[in-house]
Amino acid sequence: MADFTLKINGKPHQISNIEPDTPLLWVLRDTLGLVGTKFGCGVAQCGACTIHLDGSAVRSCSMPVSAAAGMNITTIEGLASDKGELHPLQQAWIDNDVPQCGYCQAGQIMSAAALLASNPQPTDAQIDSAMSGNLCRCGTYHRVRKSIHDVAAKAVSAKTSAPTAG
Amino acid sequence: MTHTSDKPEGITDYFASLMADMTPAATGFSAPVVNLNRRSFMQLLGIAGGGLVLGFSLKGPQAQAQEQGALAFNAYLQIRPDGKVIIQAPNPEIGQGVKTSMPMIVAEELDAAWDDVEVVQSPINAAAYGMQFAGGSRSIPQNWDTLRRAGASARAMLVAAAAARWNVPASELITADTAVHHRASGRSAAYGELADAAAKLEAPQTVSFKAVSDYKLLGKRISGVDNLKIVTGQALFGIDQVQDNLAYAVYEKCSATGGKVVSANLEHIKTLKGVKDAFILEGNGKTGELMPGVAIVADSTWAAFKAKKALQVEWDLSAASDESWADIKHQAMQLADRVPATALMESGDVTAAMTASGNKAVEGLYTHHFVAHAPLEPQNTLATWNTDGSIEIWSNTQMPGRAVTAVAGLLGIGEDKVTLHLIRAGGGFGRRLINDPVCEAAAIAQRVKGSVKLQWTREDDTSRDFFRVGGFHAMKGAVDSNGKLVAFEDHLISFTENGDAPVSGGALNQLGFPEGSCKNARLAQTLLPLQIQCGPWRAPGSNTIAWAQQSFLGELAAAAGRDQLEFLLEALAAMPEPNPQATSPAMNKHRAIATVKLAAEKAGWGKTLPAGRGMGVAFYYSHAGHVAQVAEVSVDDNKRISVHQITAVADVGPIVNLSGAEAMMQGSVVDALSTLAGQKITFENGVISPLNFDGYPLLRMNQVPPVEVHFIHSDNPPTGLGEPGIPPLAPAIGNAIFAASGQRPRTMPLSEEGYTLV
Ligand code: FES
Ligand code: FES
Repeated sequence: MADFTLKINGKPHQISNIEPDTPLLWVLRDTLGLVGTKFGCGVAQCGACTIHLDGSAVRSCSMPVSAAAGMNITTIEGLASDKGELHPLQQAWIDNDVPQCGYCQAGQIMSAAALLASNPQPTDAQIDSAMSGNLCRCGTYHRVRKSIHDVAAKAVSAKTSAPTAG
Repeated sequence: MTHTSDKPEGITDYFASLMADMTPAATGFSAPVVNLNRRSFMQLLGIAGGGLVLGFSLKGPQAQAQEQGALAFNAYLQIRPDGKVIIQAPNPEIGQGVKTSMPMIVAEELDAAWDDVEVVQSPINAAAYGMQFAGGSRSIPQNWDTLRRAGASARAMLVAAAAARWNVPASELITADTAVHHRASGRSAAYGELADAAAKLEAPQTVSFKAVSDYKLLGKRISGVDNLKIVTGQALFGIDQVQDNLAYAVYEKCSATGGKVVSANLEHIKTLKGVKDAFILEGNGKTGELMPGVAIVADSTWAAFKAKKALQVEWDLSAASDESWADIKHQAMQLADRVPATALMESGDVTAAMTASGNKAVEGLYTHHFVAHAPLEPQNTLATWNTDGSIEIWSNTQMPGRAVTAVAGLLGIGEDKVTLHLIRAGGGFGRRLINDPVCEAAAIAQRVKGSVKLQWTREDDTSRDFFRVGGFHAMKGAVDSNGKLVAFEDHLISFTENGDAPVSGGALNQLGFPEGSCKNARLAQTLLPLQIQCGPWRAPGSNTIAWAQQSFLGELAAAAGRDQLEFLLEALAAMPEPNPQATSPAMNKHRAIATVKLAAEKAGWGKTLPAGRGMGVAFYYSHAGHVAQVAEVSVDDNKRISVHQITAVADVGPIVNLSGAEAMMQGSVVDALSTLAGQKITFENGVISPLNFDGYPLLRMNQVPPVEVHFIHSDNPPTGLGEPGIPPLAPAIGNAIFAASGQRPRTMPLSEEGYTLV
């Protein structure tokens, strides 16, 4: 049993008396009540549990809490701005009606957000490779990919129109 | 909770009664609409906010007849004075979109602006609400008329209220955007302003419905009502539920169906960190309810999972499945040639047509393996046992009404002591029609006298699934010297659990096609005993029958030296004319031909393709939907398959939500391709494998082909789209592989024949 300080969505959380091998996923869900991050397989095969650790997409089911201490953790609950403004991907997901059952979607969005943060204009192949760790049992892949492209395209048009607008 | 007979009781009978409740004949049933303001229902149901409240019933006639004396409705429509339109949706949402599409139908006839509509999920109450389920693509067709009637009734009452207020004839009034308008005088009144006056009127006895051409909302793209919650990670699913003083449980059952617990290292388990209790449950011997096992209750999911790994159980396997796929396959091979004396259907003389001179005979044995449902959210349920001997349950079951009955029986309490809250499900595909996780959670909660969230691991979810049954189709057929289909035979080797009826999904459904399109036809089945538990899997039966029969039709076309498309269209045209007196939905050859022709046209059938590339076409009719699909694939020398394009055309009547409908079809194609490519559950001595996604591949984004979807907007009653998009995909791919390579795949999954999908 050990104590940890986790920095989640910009805020510190004291976690006490926890087994160091507990996957971050279950600390988020059971200890902190952040249930947006999902359990699908427990063995880093499905991506439902994807979060950001210092900006990179990782599978929280296979990441012991001890390894995440001190790092910046972002979950789906922290993706929108503090003022509640949705991340462009979240908005695109609604506009394109991506979810079917919806269970995989937090993980899909977190993987996509990490991709766009490092590569704002990904090709189809780059999207495929960044997203291939995220299973969707309902088969929403077409709309997932379209939504990523939509957000990337908007970022470009925002950039090119910026000088005249400003 | 004791069980005396040796073998566990399976779910065959459960499904027989379930299917009777879902008969397609229920389509078009229209229940009365009740003005709830005129009885004191609002208080009873806790409906706040006043205004006009209409109750109606969303369930089939059988279910209604059984429940005379109970409240006659299970859903309501409320128009509040503040202008909000509340529509209560009673059916489980499992990703098929009914929580959005069913209220859309009400809103259309009501002429409400979609932005004014709020959708709420109704509670599950056995006494008041009757049957609530998601299965068989029945949610929409079964309730189409009733939903339209609810909206049209409210609209008529609001119009009558406006006519009285303005002292003008109702015929001069029109409705649009949640308001009544009088063009001549330029007056308008919002529904909210009229709601209290309308509430004092009788609900009309008869109403007329809009023509399809007047639809403003139906057929449009509407984003799912829960999407904001989903993309922001709010608590929505079964696994997200919490209660005060919640404990976390796991339940270990024997890896072979029917195994009983002799002993377990419970004392050691109880010493592990975070473990509160561990005990054996004997169960009631029903695979669909509570089988013997060991429960571990802990202070976190992880503590429970870890303890489960340390659990050692001695199992009594005397009544357990010791079946192996290899043995079953061996038995089936012996039987394949021996067609049973009594056929399910027989016309003409297949044997004579096969051997007649000038005719060309073809034979092929098709194999399909068992597969799992693998919903992404592993099974779970939260149950709270209260000190007064009642239980409250939060579950994502597809069959909530049956869950209440099962739990009451299992715990020995009245159904009035069971409250079930229906929670959104992370995928269903038929798995959650069976309530074993609900029963397990309830039994554990009763034992520990508190709140328990039962969570299955992925490995539990796979190994204790009710699988789509495997089987073998021994196909025979012949074409004559003109290349016409003259004989068709399918002998299905399938399974029975109770020694009598086929297991769920294991019957040879009779579509009528292609056996109805040639003079000599025979359908027969042989049933082998099976204890491995099976259940309905998206488009039960059809998903494998279509693979064998429609692929074989492609083999016959090839034997005739003819184009697949031309051969298929000719066979469809030879089907009998549809019976205009038919009361239940049936395949209609004209609709079938229209879907096939449009799919071929959109896919560019007949265009020149590079070497190694080919197109395949298949048609199937299931769950009252006509669907044709064309696949374009290439195959290389190492049997690596690339799928370049899938073109799908469906006639499922008017489309309710275009976005949802298109998503269902794309999802069906992905699911069917995933299953065809590499999914296989096998068993040895009753023990199931594989257990997790590393051995059970789901399609990943890079393997997903473009899917083009078209709908033929006919005026037939609509049907659901959860299922009919599945069956034609596999034979379309099989036919395309043959066109591309000259090799005919006959095993599902294709990986068994060395194919890989790239
Ligand atoms: S739950 Fe973590 S990858 Fe599946
Ligand atoms: S939407 Fe159901 S798993 Fe992706």
